[in-house]
Amino acid sequence: MRTLLAAFAATTILAGAAQATTVYPLDRATILAGSPFDFKVELNKQVKPEDVKITVNGQDYKTVLGGEAQFVELEKGKDDKALGSAILLRGLKISAPGDYKIEVAAGDETKSVTWNVYETAAQPKAKNIIFLLGDGLSVAHRTAARIMSKGMTEGKANGRLNMDDLDRMAFIGTSATNAVATDSANTMSAYMTGHKTAVNAIGVYADRTPASLDDPRVETFAEAVRRLTKKAIGIVATAEVEDATPAAVVSHTRNRGDKADIVGMLLDVKPEVLLGGGSAYFLGKEVPGSKRKDNQDYIKLFQDAGYKLATDKNELAANASAEGNLLGLFHTGNMDVTLDREFLKKGTVDKFPNQPGLVAMTKVALDRLSKNPDGFYLMVEGSSIDKMSHPLDWDRAVIETIEFDQAIGVARDFQKAHPDTLIVVTGDHTHGVSIIGTVDDEKPGTEMREKVGTYAEAGFPNYKDENGDGYPDKIDVSRRLFLSANNGPDHYETFRPKLDGPFVPAVQNEKKEYVANEQYKDVPGAVFVQGNLPKSSESGVHAVDDVVLQSAGPGAEGFHGYLEQSDVYRVLADAFALGAKQTN
Amino acid sequence: METVSSLHLSRRRLIGAAIMLPLTASLVRAADSSLAFGELYGKFGVLGLEFSDKVKRLAGQDISMKGFMAPPLKAEAQFFVLTEVPMSLCPFCSSDADWPDNIVVVYLLEKQTFVQSRQTIEVRGTLEYGSWTDPDTGFVSLLRIRQAEYFAV
Repeated sequence: MRTLLAAFAATTILAGAAQATTVYPLDRATILAGSPFDFKVELNKQVKPEDVKITVNGQDYKTVLGGEAQFVELEKGKDDKALGSAILLRGLKISAPGDYKIEVAAGDETKSVTWNVYETAAQPKAKNIIFLLGDGLSVAHRTAARIMSKGMTEGKANGRLNMDDLDRMAFIGTSATNAVATDSANTMSAYMTGHKTAVNAIGVYADRTPASLDDPRVETFAEAVRRLTKKAIGIVATAEVEDATPAAVVSHTRNRGDKADIVGMLLDVKPEVLLGGGSAYFLGKEVPGSKRKDNQDYIKLFQDAGYKLATDKNELAANASAEGNLLGLFHTGNMDVTLDREFLKKGTVDKFPNQPGLVAMTKVALDRLSKNPDGFYLMVEGSSIDKMSHPLDWDRAVIETIEFDQAIGVARDFQKAHPDTLIVVTGDHTHGVSIIGTVDDEKPGTEMREKVGTYAEAGFPNYKDENGDGYPDKIDVSRRLFLSANNGPDHYETFRPKLDGPFVPAVQNEKKEYVANEQYKDVPGAVFVQGNLPKSSESGVHAVDDVVLQSAGPGAEGFHGYLEQSDVYRVLADAFALGAKQTN
Repeated sequence: METVSSLHLSRRRLIGAAIMLPLTASLVRAADSSLAFGELYGKFGVLGLEFSDKVKRLAGQDISMKGFMAPPLKAEAQFFVLTEVPMSLCPFCSSDADWPDNIVVVYLLEKQTFVQSRQTIEVRGTLEYGSWTDPDTGFVSLLRIRQAEYFAV
């Protein structure tokens, strides 16, 4: 009997542990002093308000947190499932740095978490920050970009990437609050708020209720810059401007897919410069090409708010030195990648033939933002390194990395003239990709697999850059770098660049399984590669490996060793002194 | 909502029965009423797309279109999305995929077994354009083929 009881008790404890009372911000959260955030407690049971006791460092929470929380008697999940009571206090601020122990007791439920509230340097170290994010930027991408762009002789690189000379470095852990793996929303949110969150979430802790726009919020970096300074804000991406990474500079949602709402959040913060793709979510639903479900015309709303509009390369150039705010939208969806846009004219380039690239957008953003005497925060995303790595299109991903590096070059030139500028270059997650050698068409036989050279057989690739634009003159040279994925769906490996348009490795069948795209089956020498991901996976996935962050300029010394994504925020906040007492 | 869709369905069934013969006849003159994906829009741009003159001319008429069936939004829905290329690529690995611009929504005359998305199909039905929200799913479409049938080709 005793054994049975013990077993029962153990089961109960485990069951309880599986859905413990949750407090947001989570245990070990780090919070910028004076930065507003939402406090939420999720109880497992329905209780009465008088049954709930919350203390902060032993005192009644109202004294320390400065407000009375809203009591929600019963939260409901999907299909009206009863979830338990909740306590919610929005927009509270803690100004005094230190550790805060929050203890919650309600009926038989108890929970304790500790937050660390930190202040920053009293004086700003930097006037400007340029934060450059290579989405999915992995070590193999940069190695390949260096070799394809600069060449290699007798094992030494013939030149260096711009990112190679950023002197301060850190390894960044990218895991989410709900998974060891991450996505762009979660990591950029952590970079931009100092709080880790769940996959797909931006600027919020992911709570248990189904609604995606009411989750407990934390302040974003752009909002903190707005709250405390007169600095300008710029967002530049080659993706849709409402895609996860650019969105995370300003937005709050549990679901990165809330793109129509994110456009409204962009308008709320009004970055002085907003450049990228994604106009489909700015158009009312009756306009062909719109992806909205309402008739809001956000182009007009932005124009009414004083924005000039640029829709192609020429209009962007014409706006380079103008005054006022600038909205540049150059595609209804994601902009085409450099290889298609500048060289092959594939993808959707025939429909949007005059798209600017990341370099031109970064230049215009810097020209305009640097007019602000108080400085600026600029986020630049090389968005498509990731978007081309998912379908295992390594040539396109590497060319995107070269373009991203050229945008870093623009930032570095700016920094030379304005040494009070901090530059941060990082990725948000890696991909499972490595360079393992070369593919040499001159090797005998027809089997492409036999043309793969490893170790001494690899030799060196024969890319050339005779016009000196930093890009190889052609990517389908006779001896090419061989990049290989360690994960993916069933697909055909062709050992060749995809000159007809971005690679589509797998397509879905009627059982909703992804199967190898037979379009590539008859490419001479193509081999079938069996996938190692579930058949629901259409492409390669993000890797959990650390990301490399590099930095230069005032405040860059804060980056060293190993940091969580959320620690990156603290270095940025310190560079602008956003947690200093005198600015509160 | 329930009433609307069931009324709609019965009307469709009636029409389906009534037009069996004319529909077959119309197939003969399918050549000038066939529509290709490249003919949908007359103008592309950041500020929106514009339907082609051919789409405007064919609106309300029986047309045919070749393409691929995208995976249905939900199993019980009586519509699917016709795409120019087999649908597969979702660059946003962990979020809802966006629908590409080169799609047409197809409302079936009757429920049919869905085919492999790699299989080219030909859809025949009545062309309609303009914004319309599906009352059951909330799916907004701008270009539709209604009272449709499809065949593998």
